[in-house]
Amino acid sequence: MSSQTLVEIRDVNFAYDSRPILKGINMDFPRGKLVAVMGLSGCGKTTILRHIGGVLKPTKGYVKVDGKVIHELDRGGLYEMRRKMGMLFQFGALFTDMTVYDNVAFQIREHTDLPEEIIRDLVMMKLRAVGLYGTQDLMPAELSGGMARRVALARTIALDPMLIMYDEPFAGLDPISLTVVGQLIRRLNDALGATSIVVTHDIQESLKIVDYVYFVSNGAIIAEGTADDIRASGEAFVHQFVHGEMDGPIPFHYPAGDYQQGLNLRA
Amino acid sequence: MPIIKSVRRLGARTIGAIWRLGYATRFFALTLMYSGTSFRRFRLTVRELFFSGVMSLIIILVAGMFVGMVLGLQGYETLKRYGSESALGSLVALSLVRELGPVLAALLFASRAGSAMTAEIGLMKATEQIDAMELMAVNPIARVVAPRFWAGVISMPLLSALFSAMGVFGGYVVGVVLIGVDEGSFWSQMQSTVDFQHDILNGVIKSFVFGVAVTVIALFEGYDAPPTAEGVSGATTRTVVQSSLVILMLDFILTAFMFRGD
Repeated sequence: MSSQTLVEIRDVNFAYDSRPILKGINMDFPRGKLVAVMGLSGCGKTTILRHIGGVLKPTKGYVKVDGKVIHELDRGGLYEMRRKMGMLFQFGALFTDMTVYDNVAFQIREHTDLPEEIIRDLVMMKLRAVGLYGTQDLMPAELSGGMARRVALARTIALDPMLIMYDEPFAGLDPISLTVVGQLIRRLNDALGATSIVVTHDIQESLKIVDYVYFVSNGAIIAEGTADDIRASGEAFVHQFVHGEMDGPIPFHYPAGDYQQGLNLRA
Repeated sequence: MPIIKSVRRLGARTIGAIWRLGYATRFFALTLMYSGTSFRRFRLTVRELFFSGVMSLIIILVAGMFVGMVLGLQGYETLKRYGSESALGSLVALSLVRELGPVLAALLFASRAGSAMTAEIGLMKATEQIDAMELMAVNPIARVVAPRFWAGVISMPLLSALFSAMGVFGGYVVGVVLIGVDEGSFWSQMQSTVDFQHDILNGVIKSFVFGVAVTVIALFEGYDAPPTAEGVSGATTRTVVQSSLVILMLDFILTAFMFRGD
């Protein structure tokens, strides 16, 4: 693995019981870059993130982060590695019994012995970075969907991670929040010098901000390239996905038996 | 063959139940293993003590009072037949300290605090808060589960003692103030028959055991709940049902060891 690559995924296979989810995935995430993993819901995108975070172990192959094979780390080593990672969950996963301030301060308090005045300054800086300075005393239930996602982003970057993972960061956002979150992801990646992985099916928003794209379908990579490559791709699935066409390699109808036979119209 | 199917289903259920028991035991062992944080950062436990202990106070005190009043009334009616109304104080106190205090307080605790613990942890899991914590390199068993466990174990004997104290007061109000049993004999009989080690200490041991059982069931059910609305509601129901049955079963076993007919 070159030192320019922060995350390396090699021939990763994964199955729940006997149902294969990932089939021989190979990916590279270079340092400092923002890479998107795209595909339909349920195609195995989030499973890839869970492998990088060490929540799941591959049945074959390996995931290396910063030169270390994740599934070979012991609990202490894994926790050490996770401290350098941040993950933004689909709906934020804010702790609902804590204020915005305590949510952002959570990791800093858990992993450092910094005095409260410094924690306060750090929290305010992170909230300011996501444009939500002034919301520190609110509870998560008082925030809109877009604000909650930004607070979660502030919490994710609280300890300046080297790798930030985003699980469907655009899901369920209004157009303004969509642009705000998209731009924040790009700006934070560049400002922190971090590496970002965005798992999404929001093609338009993500193509505006990413450096590279992997397309996943049925647990395998079917296309990859820069945003321009993807837009110009002649691959039938990518074309259907990028243009949101109703029918194509992904059929409109659920695969089932003969319809007329189902209605007893044919003997 | 329907018979083979039923046998197979029964076998699968039995194996499933044994697996779950194994998971629960492992979960309990992990909770004990990662309990250091609950004491090093005791304010985490104090916060949970407030939610499970202090917030259960009203129901425990009111229920204790009424149970004591009923005991006073029924006890008086029965004792009067044998002309031993003066023993009312002993009857009320012994019934409460040995049995009703620990058992009823635990049943109420399971429904009030146990169900809340299950629902809270189940929802934390459903909204990915537990996963988020794990990915922030914070052990959720140490941070979320263990403080709740110790809060339950500490508050259970205290709640049970308060239940019994309120019960004795209720018995006093009905027996002495309303019915007119002699106040001196009410208290003196109680003082002479209730033994600290045999009665009070055994009652405390019982409530401690119930506290462990209820909180482990509640926390495990929450942690193991499927992350859906249906999953969390099912887990909450199971907490109350299983805790109640386990409390009554354990009570019989403990009583058999502590007071075998002497």
